[in-house]
Amino acid sequence: MIPALVVFTYLGVVLYIGIFAFRRGDRGGAAEGYFLANRSLGQYVFLLSLFGTNMTAFTILGSAGHAFANGIVTYGLMGSSSAFLIPLTLYLFGTRIWVLGKRHGFITPVQMYRDRWECGHIGTAIFAMQAILLVPYIVIAVMGGGTTLSAVSGGVVPYWLGGLVVAVVVMSYVFLGGMRGTAWVNTFQTVLFLTFGAVAIIFVGMSIGGFPQAMQRLIDSPDTAPLMTRERIDPRFFFSYMLIPLSSIMFPHISIFCLTASKVGQFKKTIIFYPICILAIWLPCTFLGLAANAMTDVPGIEVKIEARATLADERELLSSAETAELQRAAAGDDVIILMLEHYAPLWLAGLLGAGIMAAVMASDSQILALSTMFAEDVFAYYGGAARFGPAVQVQTGRIFVVLIALVAYVIALQVPPGIFGIAVQYAFSGFTTLLPLLVGALFWKRSTKWGALAVVIWTATTMTAVAVLQATVPAPVPGTIVSVWDINGIDVVTRIPGGTAVLGFMPVLPMLLGSSLLMLVVSWVTPPPTAETLTRYFSTNQTNGRAVSV
Amino acid sequence: MKRWLFIALVVALYLLHQDYWFWFSAKPLVFGILPVGLFYHVAYSVAVAVLMWGLIRFAWPDHLEDESGHHVSSGEKPS
Repeated sequence: MIPALVVFTYLGVVLYIGIFAFRRGDRGGAAEGYFLANRSLGQYVFLLSLFGTNMTAFTILGSAGHAFANGIVTYGLMGSSSAFLIPLTLYLFGTRIWVLGKRHGFITPVQMYRDRWECGHIGTAIFAMQAILLVPYIVIAVMGGGTTLSAVSGGVVPYWLGGLVVAVVVMSYVFLGGMRGTAWVNTFQTVLFLTFGAVAIIFVGMSIGGFPQAMQRLIDSPDTAPLMTRERIDPRFFFSYMLIPLSSIMFPHISIFCLTASKVGQFKKTIIFYPICILAIWLPCTFLGLAANAMTDVPGIEVKIEARATLADERELLSSAETAELQRAAAGDDVIILMLEHYAPLWLAGLLGAGIMAAVMASDSQILALSTMFAEDVFAYYGGAARFGPAVQVQTGRIFVVLIALVAYVIALQVPPGIFGIAVQYAFSGFTTLLPLLVGALFWKRSTKWGALAVVIWTATTMTAVAVLQATVPAPVPGTIVSVWDINGIDVVTRIPGGTAVLGFMPVLPMLLGSSLLMLVVSWVTPPPTAETLTRYFSTNQTNGRAVSV
Repeated sequence: MKRWLFIALVVALYLLHQDYWFWFSAKPLVFGILPVGLFYHVAYSVAVAVLMWGLIRFAWPDHLEDESGHHVSSGEKPS
């Protein structure tokens, strides 16, 4: 129970930061103060908060769980690929989003799209698409909170109560502190979970008598040796997974966060140090998840390994219900917590549990982003701000914060665990597919609102198709695939244990190619925005005479 | 010239992520604990940080700061 008390103390601190930000913040009710912290964040808060915003339950719990089941491939799939693409997109797109926000007073990306393409309702369609895709991301945070609190309390706090506590705490400090409170809390959380990784590695390593022996045992066993390589992973799957981090800049909470920097130079340290921060958090999580396979003396982990072995050995004999039950038992989202409970002293397990909670609770930015979008893109755009004033607009945003947290909690209670899969299959792939919106708006004069609408419709259609396919064709057990559509013996669409594959690639590859093509073709055959608008976006740099795309 | 050099470096690093040459190897265990395939991606992350430093140092879009221009205050309709 001591770890749970430490975690609850941590939650109290986080709540206080939100209240403190509320007292320090703009009390006049201006939207920019609540939603963007008055565009005033300095470089260190910007770096730590932006990084923390991207790190969620998915990072610590999901990555360790994925590494437990799939081995070292986890770091290459999401760690090093994010280390490369996220800072690169901040460099290419984030800085330009900041400039446009500063120049035109944008608070949300939809405001930019509406202005850039001279559209109204198509902007609303983009808002709806982004909102739908963001909800799963919020849900996984609530699920991670439930899992974590339940685990660190030894089951005293049930899953439903853990999720509820996380939802209420996050909702409270976002409600009170807005962007300033969220940024401060994220900064505090990032410092916590960056230290978490190193401390966890040291203590677990010392407790098991060093990692070299554990790694050697994994190599020597035929059951675990494949986890030390990528022999079970199709290189085409690995290659297409590289596209997933492109989603980051398309998440509304990231593009909105780009607007909070006080000047464009604040991006510099973030872009340089982001890969190092990724390394500091993803490597320990992947490594501990992998090493968990050698820790058969931990009862909870032993059960998972046995369930996985049963799945592999008896897959032909199992009913679908038995398979699903065994897959749930083998899921590794809580292996780090089980390890810490077993090896770390009680007080330390509590501190490390707080570190995990720090990452789990990173849904704050997503909740704030959704409420910002609703307040700006719907309420204000359709006349609410003009009619009722900015103070009511901010209150509407706050009410929306409560509603989002409530909906996320209800969904989290209904959806079975498997943090990694849910996030990747829907939110990440969808936002990557929307990337041509940003590229078109920032860099291609000829892009049009109809091209943008085609991208949104394509994203919705393909996401629905993948969801329907995965709902109707159950996931096969690890090591097998189910052919869904083949042409002359060539598998075009297959159902794989981790989702769906198209010619061996993740669906995100054809989805992104399709949306890019649609943006190109539909824009070419429809009328461009007026010259006046294009001039505002594609001005000529007076100092060197070349056209610049902001 | 500098622009094309950085574009080439970015493309090269993108392709180097697909390290098929370590696909089936666990050994050597670097530092006694890291399978070589995992160590490669750790080194890759450090290389990315170096590239990002180069982009900031030698190819930073300075003109963006100047072009942020007029800041529309909250409540005004975006232009």
